[in-house]
Amino acid sequence: MDILYLLIPLSIVFVAVIAMGLLWAVKSGQFEDMEGPAHRILMDDDDEPPAKNRD
Amino acid sequence: MTSPAPSPETPRCFHCGDALPAGADYPITLRGEIKPACCRGCQAVAQVIIDSGNADYYRLRTDFPATAEAALEELKKLELYDLPEVQAGFVKAEGEVREASLILEGIVCAACVWLNERHLRQLPGVISADINFSTRRARVRWDEGRVKLSQILKAVQEIGYLAHPFDTSRQEELYRKERNTAIRRLAIAGLGMMQVMMYAIPVYLAEEGTMTPDILQLMRIAGMVLTTPVVFYSAWPFFQGAARDLAVRRLGMDVPVALGVAVAYAASVWAVLSRSGEVYFDSVTMFVFFLLTGRFLEMSARKRSAEAAESLIKLIPAAAVRLPHYPADRTEETVAAVKLNPGDHILVGPGESFPADGRVVEGASTADESLLTGESTPLAKQQGQAVIGGSLNLDSPLVVQVEKVGADTVLSGIVRLLDRALAEKPRLALAADRVAHWFVLVVLLISAGVAMAWYAIDPSRALWITVSVLVVTCPCALALATPAALTVALGRLTRLGLLSTRGHALETLARATDFVFDKTGTLTTGRFRLLQTETVRGDAASALAIAAALEQGATHPVASAIREAAGAAALQAEELNYLPGQGVQGRVAGRTYRLGAPVYAAPGHELPASLNGSVIALADEAGPLAWFELGDELRPQAPALVAQLKALGLRLRLYSGDRPENVARMGRTLGIEDARGGMLPADKLAAVRELQEQGAIVAMTGDGVNDAPVLAQAQVSIAVDQGAEAAQAAADMVLLSNELARLADGVRLARKTQVIIRQNLLWSVLYNVIAIPAAALGYVSPWLAGIGMSMSSLLVVLNAMRLNRV
Repeated sequence: MDILYLLIPLSIVFVAVIAMGLLWAVKSGQFEDMEGPAHRILMDDDDEPPAKNRD
Repeated sequence: MTSPAPSPETPRCFHCGDALPAGADYPITLRGEIKPACCRGCQAVAQVIIDSGNADYYRLRTDFPATAEAALEELKKLELYDLPEVQAGFVKAEGEVREASLILEGIVCAACVWLNERHLRQLPGVISADINFSTRRARVRWDEGRVKLSQILKAVQEIGYLAHPFDTSRQEELYRKERNTAIRRLAIAGLGMMQVMMYAIPVYLAEEGTMTPDILQLMRIAGMVLTTPVVFYSAWPFFQGAARDLAVRRLGMDVPVALGVAVAYAASVWAVLSRSGEVYFDSVTMFVFFLLTGRFLEMSARKRSAEAAESLIKLIPAAAVRLPHYPADRTEETVAAVKLNPGDHILVGPGESFPADGRVVEGASTADESLLTGESTPLAKQQGQAVIGGSLNLDSPLVVQVEKVGADTVLSGIVRLLDRALAEKPRLALAADRVAHWFVLVVLLISAGVAMAWYAIDPSRALWITVSVLVVTCPCALALATPAALTVALGRLTRLGLLSTRGHALETLARATDFVFDKTGTLTTGRFRLLQTETVRGDAASALAIAAALEQGATHPVASAIREAAGAAALQAEELNYLPGQGVQGRVAGRTYRLGAPVYAAPGHELPASLNGSVIALADEAGPLAWFELGDELRPQAPALVAQLKALGLRLRLYSGDRPENVARMGRTLGIEDARGGMLPADKLAAVRELQEQGAIVAMTGDGVNDAPVLAQAQVSIAVDQGAEAAQAAADMVLLSNELARLADGVRLARKTQVIIRQNLLWSVLYNVIAIPAAALGYVSPWLAGIGMSMSSLLVVLNAMRLNRV
């Protein structure tokens, strides 16, 4: 049971890290358009891939 | 220019707080004292602030503004909004009375709306203040002689909100910010809830003695650590709202929520620190999370309903292409749409929106006015035809001469009417607002009673049962029920092209028993059309062809009706000779014909008895060939509308100033029994009064200025067609599209709205009547109470959203 003395504080640290990640995601605007990206994957813009990926 | 926190020794600018450069000599005189400034700019700004009577700014400010520009911003907030040049963009003035649209920052619930309205209305000089909960827009009217706009803005700041002049991009930005904040709070609460539950469940499940007191205490401490940010960050809006409510001695729905969270959290923390009693961190976090979820969903729903109104404002493009030297040459220049003046020529490409109301001077295209009028078919636009600002040019470029800009445009008029409708609250909503306040008071009293009772019965349970009672009650349903339904209904109506301009319109339309139509222009298009042809000699088709040939090139309505009926013209007429007001004489295929009034074309011949209305005759030297009866054309949707309204159980009446025979025939065609013609406006008024005396609730449709009195007399009035502005201003609803059947949709929607509002209120009462006693008796744990309350609010909002599908 002694391992809990390590695991419980560790879980708090993990939650803090996840929370920070979420706050970063909100800040970087990932929640602003919840539908667009889902449609974007269907768009046929394969004609102009980044030049460096082509020979 | 940021100030790196100057030490007290270094002399610094009195205005912006920057260090004083050596040799700076820009004194500011404040209440007889000389203060130093760092530059001429700061000196000037400070002097303006002091001279304008706002020296208190320096006394009250708690910190230096971040930059000198920010200091200017401060000043802007206070005084710049009073300058006429600044106000020109968003204030409508009628003499001393001014009206402005403001956006309010910080509105989270119906209570905030109530508070702001009341606070503003108390200001001397403020005539009216109405806030639209969905769009956060406030319409304020004030007497410029008694109060300034800056004082109004300041008054809003005093109670903890922020007001800005309305501006779409700002509104968007505000919404984006609010949404992001809401997501952040929700994320923290959600994570906190999940993890706290991880510590709580083992404690619940562990058998007696398997957990050492140390581990137990560790888990309790962990729960406390994770609940703290949830309470102080995620739940912060509830505390803020409660503090605001209490500051103005009013009870909003945040008060019981904040009280519940605070009591539960404080007691649990005390339990951890004293190593005794129970902790309820899981309940606290779950409650906060569910409440925030409810609020977040409600915010999204509200945003969606408000979009109908907002999308109208966004229709006007920001920039326009002006042709300053048209028609001499076509140099183009891009200007801001607000800079356009009447008389300017602009070029509008295909796929672009018209930036102002105007008239086509060159080119032909079609325009999509569906967002403005609900009219789904594109309208052809040729030289000389009017275009509406905000509608979409579809096919090819047009040169348009600007006629109306800014507040005079059709779009602005519509937005103003819509604003008025959204801001004016129906009686039902006003009643709900008042009840919510008393409701919270009663809840607090009940909670206090429950707390005392349980303290006597079982002190260990008293706290949690009290928290449950505080949490489970849902004034939100009560305060949300009506506004949510009304907002959705108004948005839906607007999308249909039926604009409700008064708060009571929907309510009254739902109760209407009689529909009175004015004939011309309402059920008919107001355009001439060939109704009947009676031939004397020869066949109708050739008579029509000859008549069309005689009328070629003529522009009056009769001529176009004849040409339209004849179709493609095959014959040519020569030696045409027009007699104004009489008719036309000419030669077709070698014979001379006359077409026109019977007295001119066929004098001495009797009209056939079957014809009435406007009749014209076609005759050759030997006498009349054919009689044409012309009349107003019935709108294509009129029969459908009549049928639908009848199916809804409404009594229909047709009151017209037209000739009784025509009206009677139209009544027969449509199946309206009470069809009276030859009525003067006064007669119509008397007839409507008589109906009302018999207990009827009259919905009146009309289109002309002459209808204004009778529109005002009817309980609910609907102006059809965009024609007469006087009729629109008097009307409670305006049908923007030509699709008459929308009226029946409107009645259906109005009735459905009443049903939904009643359902919501009923649910709210039912829920509370069941939930409060259950909680008081100890059957509802705090977390269950949290779920119940959030779900109740959500149910009300979702029920209101159903109106979108009527």
